[in-house]
Order: sequence, then structure tokens, then C-alpha cells
Amino acid sequence: MIELVDVYKTYKRGESSIEALRGVSLRAEKGDIFGVIGYSGAGKSTLIRLVNYLEKPTKGQVIVEGQPLDQYSVHELRNVKKKIGMIFQHFNLLESKTVYDNIAIPLVLVKKSKSEIRQRVTELLDFVGLSDKAGSYPKELSGGQKQRVGIARALAGNPTILLCDEATSALDPQTTQSILALLKRISETYPITILMITHEMAVIQQICNKVAVMEDGIIIEQGNVLDVFGSPRHETTRNFVRTVIRNTVPSSVIQTLKAEGQRRLFKLEFIGQSASEPVINGLIRNYNVQVNILFANMTEIQATTLGNMIIQLQGEDRVIDQAARFLQDQGVYIEEVDSV
Amino acid sequence: MMDTTITADQIIKALQETLTMVGVSLLFGSLLGVPLGILLVVGRPGGVIESKLVYSILNPVINIVRSLPFIILLVAIIPFTRFVVQTSIGTTAAIVPLVIYIAPYIARLVENSLLEVNPGILEAAESMGATPFQVIWHFLLPEAFASLILTFTTATITLIGATAMAGTVGGGGIGDLAITYGYQRFDTFVMIVTVLILLVLVQGIQSIGNRMGRKARRE
Repeated sequence: MIELVDVYKTYKRGESSIEALRGVSLRAEKGDIFGVIGYSGAGKSTLIRLVNYLEKPTKGQVIVEGQPLDQYSVHELRNVKKKIGMIFQHFNLLESKTVYDNIAIPLVLVKKSKSEIRQRVTELLDFVGLSDKAGSYPKELSGGQKQRVGIARALAGNPTILLCDEATSALDPQTTQSILALLKRISETYPITILMITHEMAVIQQICNKVAVMEDGIIIEQGNVLDVFGSPRHETTRNFVRTVIRNTVPSSVIQTLKAEGQRRLFKLEFIGQSASEPVINGLIRNYNVQVNILFANMTEIQATTLGNMIIQLQGEDRVIDQAARFLQDQGVYIEEVDSV
Repeated sequence: MMDTTITADQIIKALQETLTMVGVSLLFGSLLGVPLGILLVVGRPGGVIESKLVYSILNPVINIVRSLPFIILLVAIIPFTRFVVQTSIGTTAAIVPLVIYIAPYIARLVENSLLEVNPGILEAAESMGATPFQVIWHFLLPEAFASLILTFTTATITLIGATAMAGTVGGGGIGDLAITYGYQRFDTFVMIVTVLILLVLVQGIQSIGNRMGRKARRE
């Protein structure tokens, strides 16, 4: 469990100071894959480094497994860190050591016996699918393989928390998929809290169950991925959502609309249940309106369907209002828009 | 072809003296310089065991010693040399100033080697809860190993150069032979032989160092 309570972090550089975090609070429970998304400079890197105290907060509390980190001595903190694994964008493997020795390092640091180390490292090599690479050096591995070594190393000490610092940002899309699948498997296999920062919405969409959107050192929106994706309130969130869910009308349709003149347009969002119900059919049967579907799209997030639609309604204003209310009653999020 | 006044034995003796001076001062210079170099890295602002006090004393002291040309240092510390080895002339006496000369040099080179280590590695070490000693032993030194080999190669060659001046205090060695016979007695043969020996020595050490460095980098 990770909890940040009203955390501030200010960097002082001579006279000037930079506020990297300005009152951030979040809570990630065991079993969560909690994603923090934001553009560069939003404060994500600082945020993730607070959790293992690579950075100390200027103000506020960082609570890990129920214990505030500021109560620990330097020595105690080292032991706490041993239960927090971390993987990095650029892997940070020791070039001078083999895959085996890289994974063994956390165990060597706590002076485990050679046989214990061999057992654990063999197990981990198997888990990340690199059993045949034990004697290789990082230089001989691909990016995806390096990150697998990084993950195995992070898991060596049986951590209760795994921090992922842009873990897939240096990888190609296909490798990203396999690393995300591995992270998901970790979440399902071990009792662990995963906190990941990223600037890729696809990463959040694929494995996170909770998300926080950051901008300028604050969290502008957070919650279940489905809720945040389903109805993004903030412009930045909408921009991120747009990268994975298309909800813009093709320009050819816009041209046609312009030619026909303005009609009443509605944006609809179906989440889960309402996506599988024939609401449009109900609309047409119960109300004397003409429905023109301009755009429709469906996306799957967290095994739930998220539908997006832009429709044009033609008919008496009064009836259109009733029709809109009907859709709302059916659990559809509806918003009238002036233009698309 | 060329008249010479020296014997092969003299050349062998001189070579032995050079190798002794280089070897012993490299050993003691490293014993002093390596820890100092590590201190410079871990003690610097933002280092693993940041210490303003250590860094602000060590840094200028090393600069001061480094700014003295060896020939000046050699004679300037004669009282200290006499105190340490009970004599101020001979090969042994030359080793003391050589150590004082090379230790700060090694410290700077080690510092540079260690600073080349990817900061991400140190962040990973810190995230694992490694103690400062563990950071140095398990992360810094292994990662800098290839670079450290080249550091010692450079230090060794610098020492060979410095031993040429050891003749000033009767230290002997190849360089001394070149000056006293080759230069002062116009013995061209000695000049050519000594230059050749130094050339082979320096080339040999450099290529061994390079090869070991490449091997450590697994190239």
C-alpha cells in the first residue's frame, strides 16, 4: 500500500526555486496497478522517487505499508527500500556483470547464501523467460530483454511494492506489449502494489486499474481508469484519452454537415452495461426523431466496453429534449454540442 | 661505430632501478590515491556520502600538490623524505617524492573514472537500499573497472617520466643514465639506447593497458 498525503516538493537552485509537486495525494492498494500519467515536467518522476525516498518531500507524508517513511532512521530506511523494487526507463543494469549477477545483486546486498541466491535467481530467470541468458552481459541483450532483467532484479527481494519509472518508454510497441503482459502477470502472481509513471496512455489503458493525471505538479484527475477514461473532465486528460480513443468526427462528415446547415448534435458515451443494450433502437421506437449516427467507436478498458458516439437528431425541439432525457435515463452520458 | 663508456650491466641496473621506483611508488601511490579518488566522488555535493568538510579540504590540497612540477616537489620535500626513509639520496629517497607526486594524480584520474559511471546505476543502488560501502564496492568500482585500468596505465607512464628526474637525488634509473652519460658526456649511444628502452617500456605498458581495458569492456 502506498499513500501520499498532501505532498510538496520544492527544489532550490540558488535564489530561484522550482515547485515540482504542489500538494499531491494518492492511494494505491495492494493488487492495484496504479498509473500516473502526465507530460514531461509534470512532476511524475519526482512523485515516484518519493515512494522509496530517493527524494524526500518538502512537506507532507509518504506512507508505505501503513508506515510514514519520515519516522525511519537512515539504517531502517535501507531495510524498507529492500521491500520496494524499482525498474527504470533505461534499465540501469550493471554492464560489468552478467544477467545472473545483476539479478543476484539485491540478494548479495543482504548477504544471502550462495545456494539461496542460486535458487532465487534461477526461479526469477524462469519467471521472466530468460533462463538461457544467465551468462550473458547486458550489452548482448535487446531492450526488452534488459527490462526483463531489470524486472527480475526488482523482484529478487520479494518486494511488496514495485515502482516502474517509464518502464516501457524506451521500447518499441511490440516489446512494450510483452513487458506490460509481464507486469500484469506479476500483479496476478504476487501480492504487490504496482505504481507506474508513463506518458503513454496505451500503457494505462492496457494494465492499470487506477490512474492519476498530473500537470504542473498537481493531480488534476484521478480514479478508476474506466471512470477517468469514460468522462475525462480536464483538457489534458481529454488529450491523453484521445491518443487511445478516437472521438473526433472525420473531416469529410464535417464538410457534409456544413453544407446541410446546423442541426442538433449530441455526444454520447456508453460505459459497460449501456454499451451492450439497444438504446438507440429504443430511442427511435419511442420518439419521433430521426437519428443520424455521425461517428461511433468502441474501446475495451479493464474488460469493460467504452463506446463513443456522435449523433445528429432531427425533429421537434421538445421531442429531441425528451429523447435526450431518455438516453440519460438509460445510463448514457449525453452532452449536446454546438459543432463537432 | 659509436664509442661508449658504459657497460650492459649499467643499463640493466638502471632499468631495475626505474622499474623499482615505478613499481613501488605506483603501489603506495595507489594505496593513497585510490581511496582519495573515491572520497572525492562520494564526498562531493550530491555524492553517496556527501561531506562538505572532506571535499572542501581534499579538493584544494590535491590541486596544490598537483600544481608543483615534479622536479620542484622532489627537492622541496627533502626534509620530509629524510624523516620517512632516513635518507635523502638514492633510489629509496626518490620513491617518497614519487609517491607524493603520483598519489594526487591517481586520485584525480580515479575520480574521473568513477564520475563516468552512469548515475542511473547509482540510483538503482540507492533504490535497493545499498549502504555507501556497498555502493562503492558492488556498483561504482565494478562499473568503472575498465576505465580504472586505463587510469593506472596513464599513471604508470607518468611515473616513468618522473623517474627520469630522480637522478637529481641520486635515484638512478634509465632517465638518469640518459642525462649523466648521454647528455653530459655526449655519449650518443647511451642516448639512443635509453630513449629506445623508454619507448619500448611506454609502448608496451600502453598496449597492455589498452588490451586489458578492452577485455574488461568485453569488446
